[in-house]
Amino acid sequence: MKKYSVFTLARHALDRRKSWSRAWRDPSPKTSYDVVIVGGGGHGLATAYYLASEHGINNIAVVEKGWIGGGNTGRNTTIVRSNYLWDEAAHLYEKSLVLWESLSQELNFNVMFSQRGVMNLGHNLQDMRDIYRRSNANMLNGIDSEILTPQQISEIVPIMNTSPYARYPVLGASFQRRGGIARHDAVAWGFARAADKLGVDVIQNCEVTGIRRNNGKVEGVETTRGFIGARKVGVVAAGHSSVIAEMAGIRMPIESHPLQALVSEPIKPILHTVVMSNAVHGYISQSDKGELVIGAGVDSYLGYGQRGSFSTIEGNIAAIVELFPIFSRVRMLRHWGGIVDVCPDACPIISKTSVDGLYFNCGWGTGGFKATPGSGWVFAHTIARDEPHHLNAAFGIDRFVSGALINEHGAAGVAH
Amino acid sequence: MLLIRCPWCGLREQAEFSCGGEAHIVRPLKPDELTDEQWADYLFMRDNTKGWQTEQWVHSGGCRRWFNAQRDTVTYKFGISYKHTDPKPEDGD
Ligand SMILES: Cc1cc2nc3c(=O)[nH]c(=O)nc-3n(C[C@H](O)[C@H](O)[C@H](O)COP(=O)(O)OP(=O)(O)OC[C@H]3O[C@@H](n4cnc5c(N)ncnc54)[C@H](O)[C@@H]3O)c2cc1C
Ligand SMILES: [Zn+2]
Repeated sequence: MKKYSVFTLARHALDRRKSWSRAWRDPSPKTSYDVVIVGGGGHGLATAYYLASEHGINNIAVVEKGWIGGGNTGRNTTIVRSNYLWDEAAHLYEKSLVLWESLSQELNFNVMFSQRGVMNLGHNLQDMRDIYRRSNANMLNGIDSEILTPQQISEIVPIMNTSPYARYPVLGASFQRRGGIARHDAVAWGFARAADKLGVDVIQNCEVTGIRRNNGKVEGVETTRGFIGARKVGVVAAGHSSVIAEMAGIRMPIESHPLQALVSEPIKPILHTVVMSNAVHGYISQSDKGELVIGAGVDSYLGYGQRGSFSTIEGNIAAIVELFPIFSRVRMLRHWGGIVDVCPDACPIISKTSVDGLYFNCGWGTGGFKATPGSGWVFAHTIARDEPHHLNAAFGIDRFVSGALINEHGAAGVAH
Repeated sequence: MLLIRCPWCGLREQAEFSCGGEAHIVRPLKPDELTDEQWADYLFMRDNTKGWQTEQWVHSGGCRRWFNAQRDTVTYKFGISYKHTDPKPEDGD
């Protein structure tokens, strides 16, 4: 496979782009692999990539029931940040953010990571106390964080309504300048292409329907394209984690909820950073194409339908228009939903299980896109060594028995 | 918008209701005899069913009473609504 560079670009322009090779192969499943990854989202593909690049395991298949990136990876609002409250979560997300900073070079694929800053607004005294607490905790962990006054916010985002007479007045914000957004599809494609280059089979349109076990040890997966043997199986299926866990007789503390987002028609550059608000439950940025990308909250009911309620969108838009009155007449272009795997403490599960050779990486809920490279990094380590990396040691499924939960509802309170 | 049947008020708009999650999770009768694993199962583990499940709803913008309802978590179609004290029905159609 060709390395992408300015020279290959020029050469292919000259031959009218006829000789570009495909970015990854379309293999049929082999009878068995060292590792089978279930789920071809960003996390699953990243896991396969790091297994091959960091741990020298190349006999791997990523098995995806639809098309890669067609789950939450291709449906999210792409906010990337690492300003979580507790040490365990902060270190995990920060590892991911550091990987993002060189990901395009690492993968030889432009994931369009843009560190344009992420702002979390405070609308009342308690919000501000929480912001100070989290911001101080971040700085103690070496994670960049600033606190902004309404005046400073207006300088960065002049179109925001920071008047004291707003329905939810803006009292201040935390600001992580290293945070930003990335191109969601490119993350899936970049990891798939780089993993494929290292020998990983990316198998699409292949649904896992069972987990074959013998004597408490995994033997492979039943799929719509036949049985695939595996010494180890890593499940990274987001909203479908409980469904796959049940195939192996495991119960999960997860609920799958609809989470919705929408984009506007493209407009000229007007919003140069990411703005999030827990209290009014909205978050917004502007894509490089010019669309306003707006995310809503989860519906309170379980939902596997990749659709949510209209009332959720209505409340979301009301909040955005209150913050940005200038957007009141912008037309919306598209609207969709994903299925997010919500965990009781708003933290992921990256863990071995009671079945030998079976590993789960799930529970990222409304905020796992930012963790894509870091999640793959620690999960690859967990699978290759059969023990967690120190960065995910606290994220075992056993924490629900021991009670050592990591409560990130504050930092993850809004869906993002 | 979904239409939801409150056993007391009849068919009303979704905006009047709040969902309370999986139904028929029985509170342990002898809490001091439970192991940590059993507590974890009661407190945190959920069926998270794909398909028909029974769940708790409250008519918060109406009579403010709780009830149980069947719902398909893929199509979001509602089956029957029934009172808390009624036994768990068979799956909907
Ligand atoms: C509207 C919305 C907005 C969001 N905004 C943000 C944000 O701004 N920032 C952020 O950090 N996070 C955000 N998230 C969360 C983020 O998208 C997810 O946490 C993350 O993308 C999960 O990645 P994944 O690879 O684990 O899951 P997915 O991309 O969902 O991949 C799982 C894959 O498993 C496949 N699968 C399922 N069952 C099977 C089976 N039986 N056999 C084979 N394959 C199967 C699915 O088809 C899917 O492709 C948002 C989510 C949504 C829905
Ligand atoms: Zn009622």
